[in-house]
Amino acid sequence: MSVSEKDVRHIASLARLAIPAKRIPTLVDELNHILIHMDVLQRADLSALDENTPAVAGMPLRPDVPGSVPLERRREDFAPQMRDGFFLVPRLDTHGTSGSSADEDAS
Amino acid sequence: MNRAEVEALIIVDAATTASRVRSREQSSLLALAAAKSQMESANLGRNGLNAILYSDADGALRAAGELGAQFTYSKTKSNFALAGVPVMVKDNIATLSMPTTCGSNILAGYVSPFEATAVKKLRASGALLLAKTNMDEFGMGSSTENSAVGPTFNPIDNTRVPGGSSGGSAVAVATGTVRIALGSETGGSVRQPASFCGIVGVKPTYGRVSRFGLVAFGSSLDHIGVFGKSVDDAALGLQVISGRDANDSTSAAVDVPDFRGHREVKSSAPLVGIVVGWPREYFPESLDSNIRALCERTRDALRSLGAEIREVSLPHTDLAVPVYYIVAPAEASSNLARFDGVRYGIRAESDSLRELYENSRSQGFGAEVTRRILLGTYVLSAGYYDAYYKRAQSVRQLISQDFARVFASGVHVLLTPTTPSTAFKLGAKSDPYEMYLSDIFTVTANLAGIPGMSLPIGRVDRLPVGGQLLASHFDEETMFRVAYALEHALGASAHQ
Amino acid sequence: MSTSSKNSMATADYEMVIGLEVHCQLKTQTKAFCACRTSFGAVPNENTCPVCLGLPGALPVLNQHAVELATTASLALNCIVHSESIFARKNYFYPDLPKGYQISQFDKPLATEGHLNIGLIENGQPVVIRITRVHMEEDAGKSVHDRFASSSAIDLNRSGTPLVEIVSEPDIRSSSQAGAYVRTLKQILEYVDVSDANMEEGSLRVDVNISARPRGTTAFGTRTEIKNLNSITGVERSVEIEFARQCSVLTAGGTIVQQTMLWDGHKEQIRPARSKEASHDYRYFPDPDLPPLVLSEQFISDKRRALPELPDARRARFSSQYEIPAADIDVLTATVQMADRFETIAATSSDAKRAANWVLGPLQASANASGIPLHEHPVSAKRLGDLIRLEVEGKVSNTAARQIFTFMESSNDDANVIAEREGLLKISDDSALVVWIDEVIAEFPAEAARFLGGEQKLQGVLVGHVMRKSKGSADPKKLNQLLAARVKLA
Repeated sequence: MSVSEKDVRHIASLARLAIPAKRIPTLVDELNHILIHMDVLQRADLSALDENTPAVAGMPLRPDVPGSVPLERRREDFAPQMRDGFFLVPRLDTHGTSGSSADEDAS
Repeated sequence: MNRAEVEALIIVDAATTASRVRSREQSSLLALAAAKSQMESANLGRNGLNAILYSDADGALRAAGELGAQFTYSKTKSNFALAGVPVMVKDNIATLSMPTTCGSNILAGYVSPFEATAVKKLRASGALLLAKTNMDEFGMGSSTENSAVGPTFNPIDNTRVPGGSSGGSAVAVATGTVRIALGSETGGSVRQPASFCGIVGVKPTYGRVSRFGLVAFGSSLDHIGVFGKSVDDAALGLQVISGRDANDSTSAAVDVPDFRGHREVKSSAPLVGIVVGWPREYFPESLDSNIRALCERTRDALRSLGAEIREVSLPHTDLAVPVYYIVAPAEASSNLARFDGVRYGIRAESDSLRELYENSRSQGFGAEVTRRILLGTYVLSAGYYDAYYKRAQSVRQLISQDFARVFASGVHVLLTPTTPSTAFKLGAKSDPYEMYLSDIFTVTANLAGIPGMSLPIGRVDRLPVGGQLLASHFDEETMFRVAYALEHALGASAHQ
Repeated sequence: MSTSSKNSMATADYEMVIGLEVHCQLKTQTKAFCACRTSFGAVPNENTCPVCLGLPGALPVLNQHAVELATTASLALNCIVHSESIFARKNYFYPDLPKGYQISQFDKPLATEGHLNIGLIENGQPVVIRITRVHMEEDAGKSVHDRFASSSAIDLNRSGTPLVEIVSEPDIRSSSQAGAYVRTLKQILEYVDVSDANMEEGSLRVDVNISARPRGTTAFGTRTEIKNLNSITGVERSVEIEFARQCSVLTAGGTIVQQTMLWDGHKEQIRPARSKEASHDYRYFPDPDLPPLVLSEQFISDKRRALPELPDARRARFSSQYEIPAADIDVLTATVQMADRFETIAATSSDAKRAANWVLGPLQASANASGIPLHEHPVSAKRLGDLIRLEVEGKVSNTAARQIFTFMESSNDDANVIAEREGLLKISDDSALVVWIDEVIAEFPAEAARFLGGEQKLQGVLVGHVMRKSKGSADPKKLNQLLAARVKLA
């Protein structure tokens, strides 16, 4: 399998990376040069996989008791832009006065 | 402090220093003073070897003072395993006293508002945190050339790389500045630079050391590891930072044994009953003959220490690098999504949210990080997930099974070369995949989660060669037992 | 309204196909993956920590209580709860999503294959909607757009709140079924006490997937998703409007574009969300920070055993145990608090029918008027039961009982104490009644004469006069006996 310039532009968009147009052909070559080495995996014989994978220990759970790891610095000290306690971003294209990505398209 | 005094102090191992400080035989400030002096002599700063990104001599001095006061007024001293021992920490491990920037522009100036569990444990043991060390950006690299602030240089030959990604920590230990430094590895980033710099580097079992506060690269492969000037320095450092942490769901509820139980090599055959595996896949025809010869010398040394040598096979070894370069970038593409210019880190002023994201991230991430994010995004994207990511995880399981089978057959540790070459020249590996292949012998342990370490076994053309020991899950104890015996047996020849 | 008549012509030829995705906030003290409180005041970002801010190096640790509540919800919805489930990362960029991914469950969810009886009978059969899956996930933060002129403001207090997402099969065929599904689901979640399930406050959020297909066909049409629904009416109205829209597009020979629609409840309008990407690629993969969630058989069976009686079962029991009309049973079982209260009152008073009348009458009216929720009403179930018992035993009249109830609302005194103090106990002592009868006969001689002369219908009038004189405390039964005796004497 190999990637095209279109693929690279698409994944760059998904990853929110601005790639200058002149960099794209180089990246296509680099990625394909890496991906070619991955083809060997398609030939691996998975029949040797143990059916009985060792029992998973499972996830440790936390009691429902308040007490999070404290912040030793104010949010304002590390945030690029804050106002009245909010983190600020350029105004979002949206429908209402408030919302969240859970309420609308994550675009 | 004159040069001779410094020289005399920096050859003292960490356990001895701590013991002297605990018994008030030595001031808690002394080892720190020597480290500060050596840091300058060895030229670790930006205009020198470029191993150190931030230092906090004042903070370390304050900690040393408080420690001294504690010993004067308190009687409970036994817990301070690193009393007065100066240490350094890789720049991707969160600290309150210095920035945590992962060698990246995107975190320029970022000071974490919380501290990594491993760092808290170091502080609690009386260690003095002196500096943060240079690294490949977010751990992505094998040479420490991919740092936003420029490469770190190998102290043995400054035209060569120190290995990476934890190159700064390796150099700090190799120059004798500190006896113990923390690194991290996702595919060999502690063991490989340890090998290139002629020191000891250990990666524990996955889950042995909390990852809380380690900035994630590939979460299922990431480990905090320890560099030591000697096996005992590494064992002691690891001892202090190990143990279950409620803040890390992948931290294991497994008791931590005494890693240093075999530090005194008492008999001439201390390894009787130990079976050392010699996995043929790690010694291909193409392996550098000098490295092979040093490995064989090491094998013979182990045999004469009483160990049984057994040739074994790990048939899926050649698939490890492809698997690694799917799994690690995939996880990285997700782990690095949080660097978006909204809550912390650099932010490119923009009119729209999309521009804010794209400009901040493109200005913040270097070329290799960008490449891996793209690769990882691709292998997870619709239509490719099964062929790449899912398949890679299945093959990863085959690699784990190889190890499980060998260890179940009675083999205690495996002996392999750490790296296929000695330290290469800066700029020598411009082809990304060729660079990736320098991890060929180390990535397997990250994929399987087993402990591994590199220790010096000799030199080729002045350049250090590391031998790698691998053990089964949570059996660092046996791995250290073999390492102590080997270090003792090789003696000065390990560095010749 | 030519479009609406065209729409109704069109809709007759099509069948509505709906599946619902319901997000429900779990009632925990702390967030899903960190120990920040889930309740917070007005200060933005005050309840955030390294984990829910997505700071470099922070790691998630799952809240045990969230797992318990999600398991309980799954069992209440008749699902199979799996002994192993996996948390995955759903990757997308949005400023209210601090890590750049949401921790959710994808191909191995907590529970699958449930069903919900939504309480409707159609074609003689109860309507049962299949539930595809119930999975756990974390909530996003909030974006505020109207606070600053050129910026949106991000508040991450809600970020990381535990949710369950309950996904139905596309089994719903009408707006009334959709409404009934949400109503029933909400009731069950409240019964098992896993959530406040409040749509207005956003602790229960409903997304609708809707498509239209020609009647008699089985293939699914292209669907749209409706978001931003914050009431059951909104669910019902929006699907009607969107269905009509789809039908008119299809009738005109057009095709439905798969997209997200937003519901504006005030204007009763639906419009497409602005979406910059045609399709999403969330790049789900198992979260390497979280090992599989393993639940023991013991844990699951303990949670099953601990399930309270669910609404359906409770309704069935009420109808066999008490002689109450079905409509009243629906109201009495609407909430656990109501049903529990009713049963205590019924048991204390030993008259379920009368208890039902009291709960649905004076108690409900008082609760409504005062705005105090039923379970916090000052007249406790026990006290009200005692009052009704006085009425059942004939010690107070219904009129007197209602007066006593009013006194009880503002004091802690028991019913019998108030009855005695206020002279509201029934007087069945002949001598007192005889005096009042004599007085009434004297005061109303004309009526009295006609009554004694045999006009029986006047007995009620005289009883009324005596009752008034006694301020309601006369025992009407005894009074009637005495009056009848007078006729015989005459």
